[in-house]
Amino acid sequence: MATYSPAVNTAPHFSKDLRNFALKAMVSLFALLVLFLYLLPMGNMALSAVRSQDQLSQTQDSSIFPVSPTNFNYQGQDYPVFRVPLESGLKELALIKKGREKSSFIDPAKPSAEPLEWTGNWRTLEAVQSIVPRWQNFADAWTLAKFPRMFRNTLVIAVLGMIGTLLSCICVGYAFARFPIPGKNILFIILIGTIILPRQVTLIPTYAFFATIGWTGTWLPLIVPHFFANAYNVFLLRQYFMTLPRELDEAAMIDGAGPFRILISVILPQSWPVIVSVAVFHFVFAWNDFFGPLLYLLSAPDLQPISVGIQIFNFQYGPQPELVQATSLMAMALPLIIFLFAQRFFMRGIVVTGVEK
Amino acid sequence: MASPSVSLSTPVVQPQIRRRTVQQTQRLWGWVFLSPWIAGFLVFTLFPMAASLYFSFTNFQIGQEIKWVGLTNWQKLFTDPVTLSSLGVTLRFGLLALPVSILFPLLIASMLNSKFVVGKPALRVLFYMPYIIPSISGIFVWQSFLNGQTGWFNRLLRLIGITNPPNWLFDPTYINTALVLIGLWGVGNAMLTMMASMQGVPTELYEAARVDGAGPFTLFRRITLPMISPVIFYNLVLTVIGLMQYFDVPFVLSNTTRSNPATNFINLHLYRTAFQFQDMGFGAALAWFIFIIGLAFTLAMFATARRWVYYASGDN
Repeated sequence: MATYSPAVNTAPHFSKDLRNFALKAMVSLFALLVLFLYLLPMGNMALSAVRSQDQLSQTQDSSIFPVSPTNFNYQGQDYPVFRVPLESGLKELALIKKGREKSSFIDPAKPSAEPLEWTGNWRTLEAVQSIVPRWQNFADAWTLAKFPRMFRNTLVIAVLGMIGTLLSCICVGYAFARFPIPGKNILFIILIGTIILPRQVTLIPTYAFFATIGWTGTWLPLIVPHFFANAYNVFLLRQYFMTLPRELDEAAMIDGAGPFRILISVILPQSWPVIVSVAVFHFVFAWNDFFGPLLYLLSAPDLQPISVGIQIFNFQYGPQPELVQATSLMAMALPLIIFLFAQRFFMRGIVVTGVEK
Repeated sequence: MASPSVSLSTPVVQPQIRRRTVQQTQRLWGWVFLSPWIAGFLVFTLFPMAASLYFSFTNFQIGQEIKWVGLTNWQKLFTDPVTLSSLGVTLRFGLLALPVSILFPLLIASMLNSKFVVGKPALRVLFYMPYIIPSISGIFVWQSFLNGQTGWFNRLLRLIGITNPPNWLFDPTYINTALVLIGLWGVGNAMLTMMASMQGVPTELYEAARVDGAGPFTLFRRITLPMISPVIFYNLVLTVIGLMQYFDVPFVLSNTTRSNPATNFINLHLYRTAFQFQDMGFGAALAWFIFIIGLAFTLAMFATARRWVYYASGDN
């Protein structure tokens, strides 16, 4: 009996493990399937971006891959390769002499051998296809769409705005977190309220104001407003600053440090995760912003950032979808790379603004 | 006894004075640090809002004399067929897009929150990733994906036996579905906040309910949903606000050069009115109209929130 009991005990364990394993496999596979479908457009883009003009799929039956008929080069001449049914089975041969009833082929493996004669119409044969990605599209799009200029413009707008956001939001977040301002709660509610204020309601006077002082057609309307703080980032920074112990501030104050000194030497060194979050948020926002540049830079092509730049480029090059897809891929590369490196900070920031309110 | 009281009073009074001045300087510093936002709020929010309201009663155009036109622009809002049609387009799309914008991230969040899924951190990053893609790139990617002939979406549909799938972006019957599909790449934040909120639900609640014999469906409906309802509510409000500002996708897809009635969303109509036709007086009225509609929806949601949004800590 003693030898029996372990077996009795393992049976339910075993079936429970099996059930867990099956559930894990099923749910994980389902998640992967959803993910696959969710990201499928990326595959469509990637494979369209490396097609050449004559590989463009014109019909619903053409291959999704950038395929071209294979050629065999022999003595400086290109010969198309076909699958030829011989007595020994299908063989891939290069067609050297076309004929209506009879054609001559050579074997790419031993081209110097006597040409093979095959009876039948060569047009009925299946051409051998091979995948030939055209990387040149990226280089073409790079020069045609003037990417270096667009990159420079986007970087300047994004980085200067980022500096403005960081400076202003750190100060305002610090004020809300640490100082006894009368009516602070009401001010904070007003600040949060601006999140649900649609942009349009301030749009026309703001535009008219920038137009009057001559700022339309410059980068300034896309940079300067960020030096005046915004609700999301202030909220994020304030929440973080409030978790820092006040004892350190007070110790520094007793040592004679003023509020600026405390901010720079006590608060900020402890806050770099949230500072990275805000910096990345702004960078991605500025990189992706389309409406702002459309409004202020439509008439200044030399100053346009990537978003508006590639929209105009793709409008002109619409008939060349491979270039459109190549530009789209290049425009998303940098924000995606930054996100992948900073994803912890980024996602934590989203969670704080979204869940804690 | 007189001398100790004197000696006592001096050290008591002095710190009181010093504390008050410290308090005052602290206040002053508070205003200094707050000043960027105060200035920005006045210059870039409050003043333009007021100016916008004023312009809505004028025939304002940049570089021209402003003339008061009374309620003309506001009356036009309710008589202009293009405005009414664009409002209809926006609301009809909202009916379709709003449920998807909550249900789809909810599905993904609960899937990624399941204890049966392996590789959660990687899945979370990958599901969030499309949110980072610039909208302009995303639009071109989806444009190619939804191409009626060669796009992979229709190839997939043909593969599973749908012989004649629609030309999504050019068929007015299906354009809203196509826009909702494109919008699926914008659910990253909703998904992430819902997931974080789900992780914050105390496990004791689930254990207690399981002891009482609740199944997975009941657990989700009776515990998970109520516990994450504040986040659902927050995302619902943001989606409505976003809907009233919907612009990039319809503009790039079908409205770059001329208006396409099927996708002439209200914000697009505003852009065209104010910045292409330079009719900024009517544009300002439209802007306020959009603001009021958005506010009405938000307030209505806040009013019903009491009935279905659950705040665990009462004082929130």
